[in-house]
Amino acid sequence: MADFVLYLRLFQYGFRRHSTYLAAALAGAFTNTVFGVLRAYVLIALWQARPGLAGYTLTEAVTFCFLTQGFIGPMQVFGRGLSFGDRIRSGDIAFDLVRPAPLLLWSLSEDLGRAAYLTIARSLPPAIAGAVMFTLAGPASPWFVLSFVLGIVVSFGWRYLVTLAACWTTDDRGTHTLSALLTMFFSGMVLPLGLFPGWLRTVAESSPFAAMVQVPADVWLGAEAAWSTLGFQLLWALALLGLGALLTAAARRKVVVQGG
Amino acid sequence: MIETMSLGRDFKVRGVVVAAVHDLTFRVEAGEFVGCLGPNGAGKSTTIKMLTGILAPTRGRALVAGLDPARQRKALARRIGVVFGQRTTLWWDLPLRDSFELVRLLYKVDRDRFRTRLAELTEVLDLGPFLKTPVRQLSLGQRMRGDITAALLHDPEVLVLDEPTIGLDVVAKAEVRSFLARLNAERGTTVLLTTHDLGDVERLCRRVLLIDHGRLAFDGSVAELRALVPGQESIEDVVAHLYLSSTPAAPRTPRRTPDADPPTVTA
Repeated sequence: MADFVLYLRLFQYGFRRHSTYLAAALAGAFTNTVFGVLRAYVLIALWQARPGLAGYTLTEAVTFCFLTQGFIGPMQVFGRGLSFGDRIRSGDIAFDLVRPAPLLLWSLSEDLGRAAYLTIARSLPPAIAGAVMFTLAGPASPWFVLSFVLGIVVSFGWRYLVTLAACWTTDDRGTHTLSALLTMFFSGMVLPLGLFPGWLRTVAESSPFAAMVQVPADVWLGAEAAWSTLGFQLLWALALLGLGALLTAAARRKVVVQGG
Repeated sequence: MIETMSLGRDFKVRGVVVAAVHDLTFRVEAGEFVGCLGPNGAGKSTTIKMLTGILAPTRGRALVAGLDPARQRKALARRIGVVFGQRTTLWWDLPLRDSFELVRLLYKVDRDRFRTRLAELTEVLDLGPFLKTPVRQLSLGQRMRGDITAALLHDPEVLVLDEPTIGLDVVAKAEVRSFLARLNAERGTTVLLTTHDLGDVERLCRRVLLIDHGRLAFDGSVAELRALVPGQESIEDVVAHLYLSSTPAAPRTPRRTPDADPPTVTA
């Protein structure tokens, strides 16, 4: 019980920590909106030339565009976002690892707080702008809420692994750049995964990145049965968190036994 | 309260094993105020890290508050307070008070005890004016007082500080020092600190440990330390002389460890 209160507080602190940077959030929201409008016109041109592409109607394609623009903040599609990242480089991570609370749960709680804030500050503005300027489809299923949260957890699980990997590499910029590229491409952020050809589509659709963006968008659009897509997300969430826990134990061993 | 027995720690640097701490044996009783001196790279911080469970020793063992730091890290965390002068555990973007609230939840401090303790510390360390200020806006002196408070909210028996006065101005230093002296005198908290500031040592420490080349080179009072180098006026000169003339041969048999033979290098 006391632990639950601690993690609830961390969630709250994650929310508040990000809310102190209102200007950054507004700038992000503005950029997400502008790019949303640009992407929407590209998709409109494409869908007018090839109606029904990837199984989407024109309205669905435009809705997909604004949904995914809204996911950029909460799903942290461009990577990073975890506060202990910088602390690995400085060596402060040693103190995070010896705190009498697991690092994984600690940062998950904080990250969910971050996502909650960014949902308000960076997802709503592009969604509202999109709804005003274009015709958008409403949510097909209330399961979207759960799918959205699972998408955030999968994104956290992935970023946690990428961030913690810095314990073994001297410079973490390469891994983060690679991760951002993979996430952008395979999540459905650039194009709906249904447009990918053959095996590339299969790979992309079964990747954890799809669970971050493509799947929640499909649940909103009602494109797939909610239970199987939610199961897919849940599986990736558990797998990544499990790996994260293993990697944390290895990092602790490395820091405590082998020295920083 | 703190005990080390032939404590040693090796690091692997590009395949070569280097001993940061060779063979360290000392004992600190409850209620003592001990200063740990030594040149950069002498092994002070490595020792502190082994005493707080951040690093596991390669050789020997340590006991802090009756616990083995490497194996009983979590239990130990509730019994000791740790301050690292160059690092902070405070939440950068949030008001100082919020970080304390998290300490309360992390260490499961009873709400009433927490309130009393925070009120005491707020008064003594004069935190009142900036309790609601975000940490990033605090001066270094204010931040250090905040970090010390965070380390003491769960009322630890032992307080370990690694360079607590680094970078502080004269006034801030004096405040931190007088607080630590009071804490030790009034609550009987055992204090172990490392420092390069000899003012800390002269004003606070009844006992000095000099660590050099990962070994204990001296253990005694400040007066005894001065007596090692006759003819030097300032304590700075005394210590500089000791650092410069330091060789693995200890200048004097440590007082509290009469059986400490010159250790053999096993690394």
